[in-house]
Amino acid sequence: MASDTMTDQHHHAETKPSWNGGSEPFKASYGKLMMWYFLLSDAFTFSGFLIAYGALRFSMPSWPVPDFVFSTFPGGFHHKPLLFVTLMTFILLASSFTMVRAVQEGHRENKMGVVKWMLWTIIGGAAFLGCQAWEWNTLMGKEHMSVKINPFGSHTESGTYLEGDGHDIKEGDTFKAGDSYLIHKHDGEWHPLKYRAEDGVDAGKEKQQQFGPKAFGALFFFITGFHGFHVLTGVIFLLIICVNSYTGLYVSRKNGYEMVEKIGLYWHFVDLVWVFVFLLFYLL
Amino acid sequence: MGHLSYESSKTIATKTILILAFITIFEVVFALLGKGYLVDGFYISGWITGGMMILLSIVKAYLIVYEFMHMKYEVPGLVRTVLFPTLLLVWAIIAFLAEGRYWLGSRENVKNPPATESSSGTTPQGLIYELPENSL
Repeated sequence: MASDTMTDQHHHAETKPSWNGGSEPFKASYGKLMMWYFLLSDAFTFSGFLIAYGALRFSMPSWPVPDFVFSTFPGGFHHKPLLFVTLMTFILLASSFTMVRAVQEGHRENKMGVVKWMLWTIIGGAAFLGCQAWEWNTLMGKEHMSVKINPFGSHTESGTYLEGDGHDIKEGDTFKAGDSYLIHKHDGEWHPLKYRAEDGVDAGKEKQQQFGPKAFGALFFFITGFHGFHVLTGVIFLLIICVNSYTGLYVSRKNGYEMVEKIGLYWHFVDLVWVFVFLLFYLL
Repeated sequence: MGHLSYESSKTIATKTILILAFITIFEVVFALLGKGYLVDGFYISGWITGGMMILLSIVKAYLIVYEFMHMKYEVPGLVRTVLFPTLLLVWAIIAFLAEGRYWLGSRENVKNPPATESSSGTTPQGLIYELPENSL
């Protein structure tokens, strides 16, 4: 018995050499602390992008209205503002919860509990990526938005349409300043509608719909793409750590599945970033 | 960790996720209500809805970082080294949004140059702005 305890203690001492200088700073292991500082630097990267979005949006006289841009839902539904992105948000939140559960099971060294909840987290992450693929495909394939062309605009004056688009707008329909529109593209050609302005500096003049601010498409695809890349990376690392948990690699480390805790920190950070992407692109 | 029993940390996680879900639903409903989608002819000022969304998003961020990421249970030194640097962002946001507003003014000036400069004849050659249509 006594010799067993001895070897056990010896083993412990051998598995904790990360901080050779003595006691752990901030009572956190090397890996966890460095994960926190990596996330801090990543937070600055995302902040840079989101602040650029804010500055460019503030510098434009008009900006596409999110409830109009993001209003499609799988199955051919239209005019369902924000419904699909709310679903995406719930998927990511749910996967954050399952991640917390995996970490908790790790703390009590319950191997199969860790594997089960990590699998749910992986499914959640993959489902989120699938939703994002559908959203991008709709925007690029059906609505023809790209990094360079943004067919979503909003009126800066009120007026009356002089022609219809065969979808929602009929000849003679009126609109107000701030109303949004989508310029349709058929057979490889754009079809901006003609209208007569009724107020503002051009009152009485015949005009046609203009493309929206170009920066919108570039910012949207770049920022949600960068976030999606984080989700993808997260799913890959979750898979690796899930397999390692299953094969029992972390059982011998006896540190309460700290690797699961570290990937958990990363995964919650991805959720945290989505809170602000959701706020800036969809809610405001 | 180690401060809480397995059962109580499980309860906290469930409570937190329910609060996060509730806040998200509230945000979406409030945004749609404010913009007149839910009740015909009923709008709320964008300043109120916008301010509310920003506030609620910060509450969500707090819950994720403090409960899900366990920041609540870390020692104060770790909390400070991670959170204090993010305070620099407050100034970055203020400065860059102000800059954005300034660009808006500059764009207007380029499109419609102030009359005084061109009439006094002091505009040097080569500084005459010509902007193509649809330059936005």
